[in-house]
Amino acid sequence: MVHWSVTRVIAVIVAALGLLGTVAVVSAGPASAEGEAIQGTLRDLAGAPVVGVTITVSNDGGFSDSSVSDAEGAWAVEVPGPGAYSVLLDEDTLPDGTTPPTVNPITTSADPGTPRFINFRLGERERNVQSRWDRAAQLSVEGLRFGLVLALAAVGLSLIYGTTGLTNFAHGEIMTFGAISTWFFNVNLGINLIGAAVLGVITAGVFGWAQERGLWRPLRKRGTGLIAMMIVSIGFALALANTYLIIFGGASRPYADYDSQAGIEFGPVSLTPKDMISMVIAAVILAIAGLALLKTRMGKATRAVADNPALAASSGIDVDRVIMVVWISGAALAGLGGVMLAMTQQVSYLMGTQTLLLIFAAVTLGGLGTAFGALVGSLVVGMLIQLSTLWINPELKNVGALLVMIIVLMVRPQGILGRRSRVG
Amino acid sequence: MRADQSMNTSRDAAVAALADLPREPGVSKPDPILIADNVVRRFGGLTAVDVDHVEVQRGAITALIGPNGAGKTTFFNLLTGFDKVDEGEWTYNGKAIQGVPPYKVARMGMVRTFQLTKVLTRLTVIENMRLGATGQRGERVLPSVIRALWSGQEREITERADDLLRRFKLDAKREDFAGSLSGGQRKLLEMARSLMVNPELVMLDEPMAGVNPALTQSLLGHVKDLRELGMTVLFVEHDMDMVRDISDWVIVMAQGKIIAEGPPHEVMADTRVIDAYLGAHHDQSLAEIAEEEGLDVAGEILDTDGGVQT
Amino acid sequence: MDWGFIFTTSMSAAIGISAIVFCLGAIGLNIQFGYTGLLNFGQAAFLAVAGYGLATTVTTLGLNFWLGIVVGMAATVVLAVILGIPTLRLRADYLAIVTIAAAEILRLTLRSVAFKDTFGGSDGLQQFSDAFYKLNPISPGAYDFGPFKYNEKSWWVIIVGWSLVAVWTLLVFLLMRSPFGRVLRGIREDEDAVRSLGKNVYWYKMQALILGGLGGAFAGFMLALGQSAVSPDAYATNLTFLIYVVLIIGGAARVFGPILGALIFSFLFQFVDVVLDQAVNTGLITFITSTQAAQIRLVMVGVGLMLLMIYRPQGILGDRKELQLDAR
Repeated sequence: MVHWSVTRVIAVIVAALGLLGTVAVVSAGPASAEGEAIQGTLRDLAGAPVVGVTITVSNDGGFSDSSVSDAEGAWAVEVPGPGAYSVLLDEDTLPDGTTPPTVNPITTSADPGTPRFINFRLGERERNVQSRWDRAAQLSVEGLRFGLVLALAAVGLSLIYGTTGLTNFAHGEIMTFGAISTWFFNVNLGINLIGAAVLGVITAGVFGWAQERGLWRPLRKRGTGLIAMMIVSIGFALALANTYLIIFGGASRPYADYDSQAGIEFGPVSLTPKDMISMVIAAVILAIAGLALLKTRMGKATRAVADNPALAASSGIDVDRVIMVVWISGAALAGLGGVMLAMTQQVSYLMGTQTLLLIFAAVTLGGLGTAFGALVGSLVVGMLIQLSTLWINPELKNVGALLVMIIVLMVRPQGILGRRSRVG
Repeated sequence: MRADQSMNTSRDAAVAALADLPREPGVSKPDPILIADNVVRRFGGLTAVDVDHVEVQRGAITALIGPNGAGKTTFFNLLTGFDKVDEGEWTYNGKAIQGVPPYKVARMGMVRTFQLTKVLTRLTVIENMRLGATGQRGERVLPSVIRALWSGQEREITERADDLLRRFKLDAKREDFAGSLSGGQRKLLEMARSLMVNPELVMLDEPMAGVNPALTQSLLGHVKDLRELGMTVLFVEHDMDMVRDISDWVIVMAQGKIIAEGPPHEVMADTRVIDAYLGAHHDQSLAEIAEEEGLDVAGEILDTDGGVQT
Repeated sequence: MDWGFIFTTSMSAAIGISAIVFCLGAIGLNIQFGYTGLLNFGQAAFLAVAGYGLATTVTTLGLNFWLGIVVGMAATVVLAVILGIPTLRLRADYLAIVTIAAAEILRLTLRSVAFKDTFGGSDGLQQFSDAFYKLNPISPGAYDFGPFKYNEKSWWVIIVGWSLVAVWTLLVFLLMRSPFGRVLRGIREDEDAVRSLGKNVYWYKMQALILGGLGGAFAGFMLALGQSAVSPDAYATNLTFLIYVVLIIGGAARVFGPILGALIFSFLFQFVDVVLDQAVNTGLITFITSTQAAQIRLVMVGVGLMLLMIYRPQGILGDRKELQLDAR
C-alpha cells in the first residue's frame, strides 16, 4: 500500500502557487483585472506599437468612452458592466502608411469581472499588394514557426501518453507555467529575456518533476484508472489556469526585451530577428530531443516503455525512472514552447489552455504515443492553420485544423505515422 | 454428469467420423461446420496468420494448438470478425462470413470466449448471464421503457440462466458482482454466458489458462458436455495434456500456418509438432522472441496470442 | 457577515437556473458516460445546438417557438450522429479529443463574424423566449418560499425546469432497469464481450450518445430560456467540465446522482462566492480582491474534481465496493 494523502496533492498545487505567488507579490501589474474593461494593444504587422490612435467603446444603452493608445500601443476602456459593446477605431488618427483594420468597428461582449481583449489587425497593407504566392510564402514561415511551438509541447504530451497512458489535459498549463515564470524572471527580476527563458524552462522542468513525483506516480501506484487520471488532469488544468488568473491577472503582458522588432525582409518573407532565433533554437532543441530518443540509452528505453511497458520492465528497464525523465524533459520542452508562443502573442493566463486542443490535434494526427508523429503532426497543424487563412477568415483558422484532425481520424485512426496497435 | 451411454455415443460418433481421414494439414472433413481458405493477416511486414485451408468437423471437439506466437488467437479473432483479414474467405454452415461484424457472427451461432476473460465486472453474475440471451425485446430502446413488454421474456431468460448457473455450480454466486469471482469462476461464467446465445459452434480461447488445477477437471467436463448437447467446440490451447484428454481432433499451428492435423495421440507423436514446440523458441531469450514477434523497440506491437485487434 | 443572506442566496442558487442546466446536462452525460462509458467531452456542444436551434428558428428565421424546440432537438440528434459515426469505433480517449474539438469548432463557428447574420456573432441571439413566458400562469411579483426567493419569471423557469428533470430522471430509471440499460452497462465494462454475445455495440453506443445529447438539449433550452439569450461563450469547454463535476459529485451511473450533484454543487458554488465576497467587503480578508474571490471558486472546483476523482470517484451515491472491482 502506498502511503498517500490529500496533502500530497495539495502540496503540488501549493508548490505551483508558491512559485507564482512571488510573481503576484512583486508585480503590482499595470492592468490587473478589476471589473469589466475592454482593452488591447495596437501593433502593426511588424509588431511595432502604433501610438496615438483613438478608440471608442460604446453600447446600445448610451455608454460611450474613449482611450488613446500609449507608447506601448496599449489602450483600455472601463465599461459599466458585462454585455455587448461596439469598439470603433478612429481611422483618421492612424499614423500615415498604416492601413486601417479590415474589421472596424468590432462588436464584442464584456464578461463579468474580467477584461476583454480586442485586437485590431493593422497594417495588413501587403494583403493587397502581395501576390498570393508571396503571402503563401510568408504564411508558410509563420506556420512553420507555430508548428515548432506546437511540436515543443506535443512531443512531451505524446511521450507522456506513450509511457503512462495519461491523456494529460493539463499540458497546456505547463506551457503557460513556462511563459509566466519567464515573465517573472524577465520583468520582475530584470533578467534579460534569454537568461529568463533558460530559468523559466528549468522551472517548467521542475514543475514536471513535481507533478510526476507528487501526483501522477502516486496515482499510478494506487491503481487509478486511466480515465480517472484523465479527469484528474482536467481538474488540475482548471485549478492551474484559474490560479494563473488570480496571480497573473487577466491581462496579456509582453516580455521586457525584444518586444517590438522590425521585420527583416527575405524576398517575400518578413521575419523579426527574435522569430528567426527562436525558430532556430526550437529546431535545434527538437533535433537534440530526437537524436536523444534515437541514440541514447535513455531514449531507447523511453521508446521501449512506450511500445510495451510490461516487456520493458521485464527486460530490466527502470520504468519509473524513464517516466520521470519524460516528465521533466516533456515539461521543459512545453515550457519553452510557452515562452516562444508568448513572444508572439504575449503572456496570458489562458495561452496554454487555448493551445491545448491544437496540441491534441497535432498529436492525434501524428499518432498518439509516437514522438516523431507528434513532430510531424505539429508542423502539419501549424502550416495548415496559417495557410488556411489564404482561403478562410482567420477567425476560423483553428476550426479548419480541428476539422482536419477529425477527418484524419475517420480515415486513419492511428494517425499519419502511427501504427495499428493492439487494443485491449 | 450425463449417462455414460450418451457420452460414449457422441464421442464415438465424432471419433469414428474422423478416424479414416488422411493425417495431413487442411484435410477435408465429412461434415464441416466451418471451412476457411487462404486466410492471411499481416502486421507490418510480419505475417501472423497464413492458413491455406482448414475445416472443422461438426459435433466434434477440435483443438487448435501451437506454440506461443503461432497465430492461434489472431486466427480466432479473424474468424469471429474481431480482426480484419488482409486476404481470405471462410464459410460457416455454408454461408460466407468474412467481413461480417462480430455481433452478427455471434447471432449466427458462432460464439467465442476470450483468453483474457471478459466478464462484465460491475454487473452481477445473473446479469452477465441474462445479457447473453439474444432477441430480447427489452433491449430495444422504446419497448425497454415499458416493463410489461419484456418482463415475460425476462422471466424465461432468467430461468434458462439459472439452469446454466446450477450446471456450472455458480448458483451460489448469483447476486455477486462478476468482478468478485476467482479466475476459474470467471472462465466458467464466460462459458456459461456464451451458452445463453444458443450457439452451434463454441470457440473457446484457452479455456484452461490461469485456472487452478482443482477447477481444470470440472472445466474439461463442461467442455465435453457441450459436445453431448450437440454443439461443436473449437478451442485454442497450448498445453498438450489438456488437449489429449478431451479433443477428438487436433489442428496444429506454427508461425501462422497449419502444420499438422490428426487425432490427439497421433499428433502428439508427430515430429513436426515436437519441432514446432521445442525447436522454435527452445533456447532463445525473451528479448529475441519479442523481436521475432515484432515487439522490438521501434517496431510493432504485434497481437501474439492475447487480446483483440480492433 | 450576514449568514441569513448567505444561506438564502445559496439555497436559492441550489434550485436556480444554473442548477437545472447542470442537472439536465448531467442526466444526459450520465447516460453516455455513467452508464455506457462514453467519454463525451462535448456536452456543451449539445446544449449549444439546442439553444441556437431554438434561437435561430425564432429570432433569425422568425418562425414559431415550438418549431424552434423541434429544430433544437433535431439539431442535437444530427450532431450526435455526426459525432458518433467517426468516433464511436475509436478508442475512448479519441472520442474525448474529438468531442472536445467538435464543441470548440461549433463555438468558434457560432461566434464568427462570417455567420453573424445567422447566429449573432459573439453577442449571440435574444428575443426568442416570449412564447415561453406567455405561458407563465404566475402573476408578476416576487414570491418567497422559505429560503427560496425568486420573481414570477424565475419561478416559471424553475417549475418547468425541475419538471423536466423529474421526467428525465424517470426516463433514465426506466431505461436503466431494462435489458437495454443492461446492454449499455455491459458496453461500459467491456464492449468486446458484449459484441461476442451478438449485440450491435456500435448502434447501442450511438443510441446512448443521442439520448444523452437530448438530455443536454433540454439543458440547452433551459439555459437559453432562463437567460432569454444565447451567447457562444456560455458553451465553452468549461461548461462541459462543470457538468462532469456535477455528475461525479452525485455519483455516475446513479439515477439520482445528477440531481444531488446539481443541488450540492450549485449551493456550494454560490455559498463560497458570497462568503468570500462578504469577507472581502467586511474586511475579514484583506489579501485578495472580490474579483479574485470569484476566481478562487474555479480553482476550488478544479481541486475538488481532482480530490473527488482520487478519493471518492463513485460520488456521494456510489457504492465503493462496486467501484473497487474496477481497479486496474
